[in-house]
Amino acid sequence: MLEICPLAALPRGEARRVEADPPIAVFHTDDGEVFAIDDTCTHQDASLADGWLEGCEIECPLHASRFNLRTGAVDAPPAKLPVRTHEVAIVDGVINVVLNDATPNLPPGLTTRAGGEAAQ
Amino acid sequence: MKSVAIVGASLAGLSAARALRAQGFDGDLTIVGGEERRPYDRPPLSKEFLAGDIGEDALALEAEDDDLDAEWLLGAHATRLDTGAASVQLDDGTAIRADGIVIATGARARTWPGADSLAGVHVLRTVDDAVALRDELRPGARLVVIGAGFIGAEVASTAAKLGLDVTVVEAALAPLAGPLGVQLGAAVARLHTEHGTRLLCGAPVAGLLGDDRVTGIELADGRRLAADVVLVGIGAVPNVEWLRGSPIELANGVVCDAGGATSIPNVVAAGDCAAWHEPAVGWPHRVEHWTGALERPGIAVATLLAGGRHDGSPAKPPYFWSDQYGRRIQFAGIAHTGDEITFEVGSVRDASFLAVYRRGGEPVAVLGLDQPKLFTRWRRQLTVVPVPA
Repeated sequence: MLEICPLAALPRGEARRVEADPPIAVFHTDDGEVFAIDDTCTHQDASLADGWLEGCEIECPLHASRFNLRTGAVDAPPAKLPVRTHEVAIVDGVINVVLNDATPNLPPGLTTRAGGEAAQ
Repeated sequence: MKSVAIVGASLAGLSAARALRAQGFDGDLTIVGGEERRPYDRPPLSKEFLAGDIGEDALALEAEDDDLDAEWLLGAHATRLDTGAASVQLDDGTAIRADGIVIATGARARTWPGADSLAGVHVLRTVDDAVALRDELRPGARLVVIGAGFIGAEVASTAAKLGLDVTVVEAALAPLAGPLGVQLGAAVARLHTEHGTRLLCGAPVAGLLGDDRVTGIELADGRRLAADVVLVGIGAVPNVEWLRGSPIELANGVVCDAGGATSIPNVVAAGDCAAWHEPAVGWPHRVEHWTGALERPGIAVATLLAGGRHDGSPAKPPYFWSDQYGRRIQFAGIAHTGDEITFEVGSVRDASFLAVYRRGGEPVAVLGLDQPKLFTRWRRQLTVVPVPA
């Protein structure tokens, strides 16, 4: 379990990039839900935490691919592969994330620091 | 509408096919593509692909679960639009009859006159172009890039990283002045000199030197620059010649209304070949951006399925990005001479900035250098303000 920050430190509508391998993005939606997904867009190297949060969707800041925060599914191209989602637990008012151990769908040309190949 | 033919199988053609199916079209769908390849992504051709960081597989635009139920005719060129018979003639002699036609034939790189027979001179538009150029980008070689636009700038950046000796020559006094304005065009072009690339502005090229293989270029002022490789990055030409025999209205591209309808019923156009009516400009305006080829086919297809009536949903302001020297440049909107420019973050001298162009007090365009988060916020706030007559 990865401790992120107090819930109060991440206002609604905001996102935070967390250094992990690969980095993850934590979102606090306008409806008050908290989600964690891989931060890197599966299409090209861009930080989804920098994107536009609308409802339960994040739009990539670069090419406007949309991902569902709950499922990681692609809601709008050009991305083809889903992002990994991570389980979120709020413990004593602190956001915690349980990292998903599935293989991440990193964009072409990127690998994890641990050396895993990007899944195609 | 029982059948639709899409002429063009790159991003705009594929986006049109997806939009047709998403909008409920269940009739026969035919997609004609001039290249033999399935639809592929072009932006990496000047960057990751040219650098050898990714292969051709990574360029594929189709997802595994794309179920378009379409007939693909690849490696075939349209030669004529027969509006009477509502058919498209192909260079292999066949004709495709369809109730609706989407023109998405794109554009091609403008070439240097007479350079066809000269080895070492390249343009960049297709995978084949990129492979040919990549084979010649050897460390230590001298590359001259003609044109400081985005293709030229990205190739210069990639080549500099690969260890070539790079010079960019630009005919205009200010690089990128068209899209970004004089001040900010110069700010972005400064990335070249900061990274060891020579940039010569106000330097029109008189001609290429060499007999069988290029040895250099000669500038209009008589200066000569030695070169092992030359990239010509002087813009693109819309692929609309095949339409000349038809009554469809052409200007700099296929003339369309703000919903992609052409002057011919049941024929729409989108992507690099199309000049849509642009409220901010006041006349048909051809947008060559990737995002336009992604988004506008959806509007064009809706217009086609509605019998030519645009439902009024406006196209998003033009948006493009460029990655150069490890820096991310993003621009959205349409800038005009005389727009008031303010810096929301940083200044023209800083490594990172966000600049907003305003007309009559309204934000009409935004430029970001390594400011993706703030850029996205501003991009959403842009308004379309017509230029005063």
